Amino acid sequence: MIELLAEPWQYGFFQRAMLQVSIVGVLCGLIGCFVVLRGLAFIGDALAHAVFPGVVLSYLAGRSILIGAFIFGGIAALAIGLLSRSKRVSEDSAIGVIFAAFFAFGVVLISRQTTIRRDLGSLLFGSVVGVSNEDVIATLIIGGIVVFVLFLFLKEFTLIAFDATLATSLGYPVFRLDLALLMLVSATIVVSLQTVGNILILALIVTPPATARLLTDRLDRMLALSTAIALGSGVTGLYLSYYARSAAGGTIVLTATACFLLALVFAPDHGLLASRLRGRHHVHHYHPASEPPDATQNHDA
Amino acid sequence: MTGPASSNAGSLLVRDLEVGYGAGFALPAMTFEVARGEVVGIIGPNGSGKSTLLKGIARVLPLSGGQVLIGGQDIGRIAGRVAYVPQREDVNWDFPATALDVVLMGRYRRTGWFRRPDRASRALAHEALGRLGLDGMGDRHISQFSGGQQQRIFLARALVQEPLVLLLDEPFTGIDAANRTLLHELIAELARTGVIVLMATHDLDEVSSICSSVCCLNHRLVAFGPTATTYTPETIRATFGGQIAVFS
Repeated sequence: MIELLAEPWQYGFFQRAMLQVSIVGVLCGLIGCFVVLRGLAFIGDALAHAVFPGVVLSYLAGRSILIGAFIFGGIAALAIGLLSRSKRVSEDSAIGVIFAAFFAFGVVLISRQTTIRRDLGSLLFGSVVGVSNEDVIATLIIGGIVVFVLFLFLKEFTLIAFDATLATSLGYPVFRLDLALLMLVSATIVVSLQTVGNILILALIVTPPATARLLTDRLDRMLALSTAIALGSGVTGLYLSYYARSAAGGTIVLTATACFLLALVFAPDHGLLASRLRGRHHVHHYHPASEPPDATQNHDA
Repeated sequence: MTGPASSNAGSLLVRDLEVGYGAGFALPAMTFEVARGEVVGIIGPNGSGKSTLLKGIARVLPLSGGQVLIGGQDIGRIAGRVAYVPQREDVNWDFPATALDVVLMGRYRRTGWFRRPDRASRALAHEALGRLGLDGMGDRHISQFSGGQQQRIFLARALVQEPLVLLLDEPFTGIDAANRTLLHELIAELARTGVIVLMATHDLDEVSSICSSVCCLNHRLVAFGPTATTYTPETIRATFGGQIAVFS
């Protein structure tokens, strides 16, 4: 067993991939909680697609894909923030239209190049085994900044996710805080691209927090669990992909999905099994009958 | 305490207030003044602008004109001290938070950036839950409470803001008789300490029992004044446009 775990470490590419996957796991697990709680999953997907032309352009220019992705990610986050503010167009449709167009632009750019076609897969689905030392260092720095800013404004991001109206009435700059959160999501997506690629990044952002939410009702525990699940899925998935000779990104996402399915069935309070058992014993965890004053009016409002 | 000079100290002045609500609905300019310790009942038919007025004063909706002043100061400068209690349907009760977490949110502005609420704030939050009959339930997840209890969690959150002005949007929805009395006493007690309470309500009995003033809306300000002289069958008929039978 230990030999199986130790064997791939003799390769530099595996060491770098493992570091990269770990940083990205922590980052996605944390930021993902706020993506889920603030209802930004669709916007996150749009952002992931919107950075694609940036990736292609930097590839064509022979630069690190981080540069192009960052520029397009910033533009996209700003555009989404502004769109969500104007009441003229339905927000969802507007975001859908614009970011499908961004992605299509990337596809057209690629289709005009004959040399790039064989790398299309690695651009769309990531190639974590191909990351360089510089990539890992850049990811570590950007990831560190994202986590630092997230914890700096943890209280405010939580407040806005639960009750933006209260935040407004307390005098918080809600729009600017939302924009800051979008920027953090955008940065997370950009540095995660090489691990899982444009198409699958959303899975790594949404699946771990969704799994964690099934396991706990507390935000602090949800943050910790989500991070652990994303990190664990990344490390396990990378090992599996090494031995199964499968694509790392896809294997990592499937590992996370397996965690989600396990939690969905076996979670102590929210799991299918638990609610099935509860139904049989007529014990309603969610509306405990032990509340003297209001117990008779659970069906009010 | 009813002289013009003293009533002005710390009073709420709504001057030419216009509230925009997208491109469609808006409330035309209205002006009124509320002295400290008054409890104002805002009545009117559905869609007459009761919530809109409260949201305008709370700065949750943008103003298209006018001002809201407290003791001569713009309300934006004391934003944390104006507590707005929305209808409980406005938030997601599945959010991973306990009752105590939600009540503590009322202290966030005071706590300041980059800090967690301190021990004193936590003590205040526990006390507020106790005042609303939710003693010892602070550690429960918010989805485990009934509708009436969730409404009271919101009220506890407003209390820890130590409000100068308390804005309540249909506070008695889903509240049973025992807790209705508890809320009446709480509102009266707050008023005694000088808090200005504005309360949108459907229940006209509530107005005669706890409100010192009444604000009648029907897409515009129909009447405003002390309950004793303003709350008459004539004004009620004018407010509800003859849709209501008045038995006196």
